[in-house]
Amino acid sequence: MKSLKAQGHRLAKAEQQLYILRDHEAVGIPEFAEKINELGLFPLKSTGIEVFQVNVGKMCNQTCAHCHVDAGPDRKEIMTRDTMALCLQAVEDPSITTVDLTGGAPEMNPDFRWFVTELSKKGKKIIVRCNLTIIVANPKYNDLPEFFKAHNVEVISSLPYFSAKRTDAQRGDGVFEKSVEALKMLNAVGYGIEGSGLTLNLVYNPSGAFLPGDQMGLEAQFKSKLLDGYGINFNSLFAITNLPISRFLEYLIMTDKYEPYMEELANAFNPHAAENVMCRNTVSVGWDGYLYDCDFNQMLELKVNGCALKHLKDFDLQKLNERSIVVNQHCYGCTAGAGSSCGGEIT
Amino acid sequence: MSNSYYNDQDLAKFGDIIDWQPELGKKFFDYYNTVFQEGALTSREKSLIALAVSHTVQCPYCIDAYTKDGIQRGIEESEMMEAVHVAAAIKGGASLVHGVQMMNKAKDLLM
Repeated sequence: MKSLKAQGHRLAKAEQQLYILRDHEAVGIPEFAEKINELGLFPLKSTGIEVFQVNVGKMCNQTCAHCHVDAGPDRKEIMTRDTMALCLQAVEDPSITTVDLTGGAPEMNPDFRWFVTELSKKGKKIIVRCNLTIIVANPKYNDLPEFFKAHNVEVISSLPYFSAKRTDAQRGDGVFEKSVEALKMLNAVGYGIEGSGLTLNLVYNPSGAFLPGDQMGLEAQFKSKLLDGYGINFNSLFAITNLPISRFLEYLIMTDKYEPYMEELANAFNPHAAENVMCRNTVSVGWDGYLYDCDFNQMLELKVNGCALKHLKDFDLQKLNERSIVVNQHCYGCTAGAGSSCGGEIT
Repeated sequence: MSNSYYNDQDLAKFGDIIDWQPELGKKFFDYYNTVFQEGALTSREKSLIALAVSHTVQCPYCIDAYTKDGIQRGIEESEMMEAVHVAAAIKGGASLVHGVQMMNKAKDLLM
């Protein structure tokens, strides 16, 4: 399967996605900005950056059907070491406590290990969003569990279900089996094992156009099924809603589910989740060093507000902490039901 | 007005029944919501019971609602189908057990 970009698909372009998303009247739902204005939350303000999320590249060994990054083996956008060096400068401030590395498969960036090593010297909490299969994709990645352990990295990995059928439908044939193999390798060095101090969290996102169920209930089932069926342990499960962006947007449109899905998100609007959306304490850095409010805004090419602040070269934490966050209709995805963030439910 | 007796968009309008009889409608929905809360049975178990009963009463709205509810809860396809077989077994059994009545009557009628 090729990325939308490699297919020359119209939805590979951010402006085409925004064109669809902006037509909220056709869907019959209110404008997101109006919705949060009713709560006195518009313009949505940053509460101060604690999480520095870096997308180190769109290259990936998988081509998942729901991917909001449109990542895949054919994507060549990769963060350079120079841009990583700018990231290292930017995270100096102690108020930034966490650096969250994502992609694509971040491990495919040739400077990934250098970057993690330099970050670990700064004493920041480091999260790597590992797709699991990369660990077994090539012998050169087989030692990733030991590398993660050596730098006390928190590993967060997608596993949409505890069986092959639903996992492979979303992430590609054979992904479940390889993910199980990789999870066993992570467990073998202590990840997800009580008392080891090494955190392995899993991400559940629905294999279709519906909201995730109760996170605690899903976690209990995942723990039981993975332990009983495969002897696998993990710490927590994060339930994350699919946002109508990129390939998931294409899926929604192709299956005539776009309008009902947007309606479902809007009808499930949760004011408490809106107050606590992750973009308020996060900044997201693109592979080329541009700054965004979140990874979703990044993929829609909605750069941070403020004309002088859009690139790492101009990084000004004080100004970013005072910025207004760019919102659009996709933001309903983070405020629906129990809310959704890169750390799972919000409420 | 739809030309079909069943319109899947009507499921979202279920709450509208309150408009024409608020007191009874509200009592029903309060009861309904309480029934599905965690109790001696888990919400997950109740969801599977609801799915089975939906097939017994052959309610398309209920089948849509509790299939989606089950999927959202992480219930497996095989579990949902087993629940439907429980419904089918009871419904089929309910017909067949009357065969005893038929046998009794036939024996009574015949020499």
